[in-house]
Amino acid sequence: MKSLFPILTIVAAILVIWVLAVVPMNMHLTADQAQRDGLMVMPQTPAERQGYSGLGLSFANAGLIPLTYTLDRPRLPSPHQVAGEMWETIALRNVTSRQSLVYHGWVTLSATLVGFAIGTTLGILLAVGIVHNRAMDMSVMPWAIASQTIPILALAPMIIVMMGQFGIQGLLPKAVISAYLSFFPVVVGMVKGLRSPDAMQMDLLRTYYASSSQGFWKLRLPASVPYLFASFKIGISAALVGAIVAELPTGARAGFGARMLVGDQYGNPLVTWAALFAAAITAAALVAIFTAMERLTLRRMGMAAA
Amino acid sequence: MTADTVISAQGLNLTFQTNDGPVHALKDVNLDIRKGEFISFIGPSGCGKTTFLRCIAGLETPTDGTLSVNGMTPDQARRARAYGYVFQAAGLYPWRTIGGNVKLPLEIMGFSKSEQAERVARVLALVDLAGFEKKFPWQLSGGMQQRASIARALAFDADILLMDEPFGALDEIVRDHLNEQLLALWARTEKTIGFVTHSIPEAVYLSTKIVVMSPRPGRITDVIDSPLPKERPLDIRDSKEFIDIAHRVREGLRAGHVDD
Amino acid sequence: MTGPALISVLAVWVVGWFINARLAVSRMSDARIIRVLVPVIFGLTLLLIWELLVRMTGVSPIVLPPPSMIAERFANSLPILWVDFEQTIVKGAMTGYVIGMICAFAVAVLADRSDFLTRGILPVGGFMAALPIVGIAPIFVKWLGSDWESKAAVVAVMVFFPILVNIVAGLRDTSAMQRDLMRTYGAGYWQTLFKLRLPAAMPFIFNGLKIATTLALIGAIVAEFFGSPTVGMGFRISTSVGRLALDMVWAEIVVAAIAGSTLYGAVAWIEGRVTFWHPSQRK
Repeated sequence: MKSLFPILTIVAAILVIWVLAVVPMNMHLTADQAQRDGLMVMPQTPAERQGYSGLGLSFANAGLIPLTYTLDRPRLPSPHQVAGEMWETIALRNVTSRQSLVYHGWVTLSATLVGFAIGTTLGILLAVGIVHNRAMDMSVMPWAIASQTIPILALAPMIIVMMGQFGIQGLLPKAVISAYLSFFPVVVGMVKGLRSPDAMQMDLLRTYYASSSQGFWKLRLPASVPYLFASFKIGISAALVGAIVAELPTGARAGFGARMLVGDQYGNPLVTWAALFAAAITAAALVAIFTAMERLTLRRMGMAAA
Repeated sequence: MTADTVISAQGLNLTFQTNDGPVHALKDVNLDIRKGEFISFIGPSGCGKTTFLRCIAGLETPTDGTLSVNGMTPDQARRARAYGYVFQAAGLYPWRTIGGNVKLPLEIMGFSKSEQAERVARVLALVDLAGFEKKFPWQLSGGMQQRASIARALAFDADILLMDEPFGALDEIVRDHLNEQLLALWARTEKTIGFVTHSIPEAVYLSTKIVVMSPRPGRITDVIDSPLPKERPLDIRDSKEFIDIAHRVREGLRAGHVDD
Repeated sequence: MTGPALISVLAVWVVGWFINARLAVSRMSDARIIRVLVPVIFGLTLLLIWELLVRMTGVSPIVLPPPSMIAERFANSLPILWVDFEQTIVKGAMTGYVIGMICAFAVAVLADRSDFLTRGILPVGGFMAALPIVGIAPIFVKWLGSDWESKAAVVAVMVFFPILVNIVAGLRDTSAMQRDLMRTYGAGYWQTLFKLRLPAAMPFIFNGLKIATTLALIGAIVAEFFGSPTVGMGFRISTSVGRLALDMVWAEIVVAAIAGSTLYGAVAWIEGRVTFWHPSQRK
C-alpha cells in the first residue's frame, strides 16, 4: 500500500486544478447573471466582457468568484455540484424512476453484461479452434488482429438500425455491439495464452505421450488463465463503451448514453456530468471485480502475481 | 598501508535491514590492495564478496569503517571515473552496435569524436574483437559479448578494473580461453584488478592474491599470496604449486563453513 | 431461406474452406505468399456468401447492402469520402493524437524526476485509461464548438493516458545492473535518460502509441455524433443511418478501416525502425 499516498496526492492535485478552473470557465456566465440580479460588474456590457478572457474577467470581478461555484447551468460544474447531482439521482430517487441514475445504469449495464458474456464465450471457443486447426489459424487470426486497429465501434449506429428493421429493439442490439467489441480482444488474448507454454513444457507432455486434449486441459488452458483475465479487463471496458455509444445516435431514452445526450440537448450540464461520472465508476467497478477475480483465481492456481 | 596502496579498507562493516532483521553482509573487513595486483575474492554465495566489490565501486555505502580508493572516498573515485566495472552479465545495450556500446562511457565522459573512434578500435583489438564493431550484441556469442563488456570497461583507461563474476555464465572452454586472455591483458596494461569468482581454479590461475571469504556474517577468513610466476600458461594448473594453493583455498572455504 | 440460396452459400463455403485447409497443410504453408493468400481467400469467401445471401434471399438491400453495392457507393462518393476523411482523420484524430502525445511526453518527463509522482501516476493513469472517456465529447463540443477543434481535444484526452502510462512504465523498466553501469561512469540524470532509459523504454512507448491510434479514430468519429459541421465521418454515419442510406455508412466504415490500419501500420513501421534491437522485432 506504499502507493496509496502518491495516488491520493495525484487525485488531490487533479481536484485542485478542477476547482481552480471552475472560476475562469464560469466567469462570463456568472457576470451576466450577476448583472441581471443588479450587481456591479466590470466591464458593464456583455459585449465588452466578451473581449476579456475568463481569467482576466475573474481578476476584474474578484467579488463574484464565490458565485461561479453555484450556477444552475455552469459551463464547468464544480466537484461538489457533480457530487450533489449524483447523490440526488443515485441515492434519493426510487431506482425504478426515470430520474434515477441507478435505473439508467442498469439499462446500460445489463446490455453490457449480456454482450460481454456472448462475446467472451464465442471468443474463447474461436481461440480454441484457432490453436487446434491450422487452416482456421491462418484464415481468421490476421483478421482478428486487424480488427484491433480499426474503429469497429463506428458500426454501432448501423447495427441498432439494422436490427430495428427486423423488429429487434431494446437490450439485444446494444448487447450485440458489446459482444463484438469484447469478442476480438478475447480471441487475440486467449490464442496468445493457449500458445504461451514453451517448447520444453510441451516436450515434457510429449514424453508422457499425452493426447492433444490432455495437453489442452493440463497445460494450455491453465497457462492461458492470466492472459484470459487481461483480455477480460480490456473486453469489459470495451463492452461498456460499446453499450454507451450504442445509446447515442439513435435517440435511446434510457441508459448512460441517453442521459449524456439529454443533458447535452436540454442544456443541463449537471445531468451530463453525473452520467459521465456514473459511467466511469461503473467501468472502474467492473474492472476492479475482474482484478479481484484474477487475484483470487491465480492465487488458487498457485500462479499469484507478485 | 604503503605508498603504492590503491584500495584500502579498515574495519569495514555493512548491515542491511531486511524484513527478517539485520543481515551482516560485511563484518570487520580489513584489506589493502597494492597497485598492479590481481586480487580475487572467493567464497560461497552470501559471503559478501560482491558486496565488497560494490562498496569499492561506491554502489553500496558501508555502515561504518573507512574505505579509500586512490586516496579518495569510493563515491569521489566513482565521480573521478577511477575504475571500470564488469558485471556478471555483459549487459550490452541491444540498440547499440558493439562499437556503440564501447563508446557509451566515452560519450558520457565527454571524449572527443576522434578520440572515441581511436579508443574503440584500440580496446576492441585488445579483447580480440576487431572487425566486430558494426555487429549488434545479439549477433555475437556469450563469450564475445562478455569480451565486449570488458572492452567497454577498459575504454576510458581507468587504472582499476573491478570484475564481478564476469565469466560465471560461460561454459568452461570459453572461460579458460577468456582467463588466458585476461592475464595477457593485465600484463600489457598493468592495471589493478579486483575479481569476484566462486571457482577455485579460476581464482588460483588468475590472482597474485586470493581473498577467501565466508558468509553469516560476511568476512575475510584467509588472504593467500600466490607464489606463481607472472607468466602463466594454462598447463600451470597441473603444477604442484598450483595444486597446493588450490588446496589451501579449499581448506579456507571449508573452515568458513564449520560454524554453519 | 430458399433451397438454391442455401445450396450455393454452402457450396461457396465448402470450396473456400477446402482451398484454405489444403493450403494450410501444404508444404509451402510457411511461405509468405500463402500466409497472405489464406486470409484473403477467407475474406473473399465471406464477402461472396454475404453477396449471395442478400441477392438470393428476401433481405432488403436497404437493410443489408451487398458488398457490390457498397463498392459502387464507395467508388461514386470518393469526393465526399475524401472531405470527410480530411475533417475527421486529418484534422480531428491526427491533430488530437499529436497534442495528446506531446502532453504525455511532457508530463512523463516532469514526473519522472520524482519516484513519488510516478508511483501515483501509474495507477491513476492506468485507471483513467480504462474509463469510457469518449463520454466527455458532449462537454467538449459545448466548450470548443462543433468543428474539429473539439474532436481533437477529445482525442487528445483519450490518447493521453495510455501513452503516459506506457512512457512512465517504460522509463522504469531498466535493470539494476544497467543503472549501476551508468553510475560507475558517474553519469548524470540527463545522460542516463537519453543514453539508457529512453532507448530502453521505446518498446513500451510504441505499445502505447499503437493502442492510441485506434483510440484516436474512435474518439474523432464518436465525438461527431454529439455535434459537428455538415462534414465528417461521424456526421455522415449518423445522418446516413437516419436516412437508411446504409451503403454510405458501410463506405465510411471502409474508409475508417483503411485509415485505422494505415495509421497503425505507420506507427508499427516506425517502431520496427526504432526498436529493431528488441527480441520481438528480430527475425
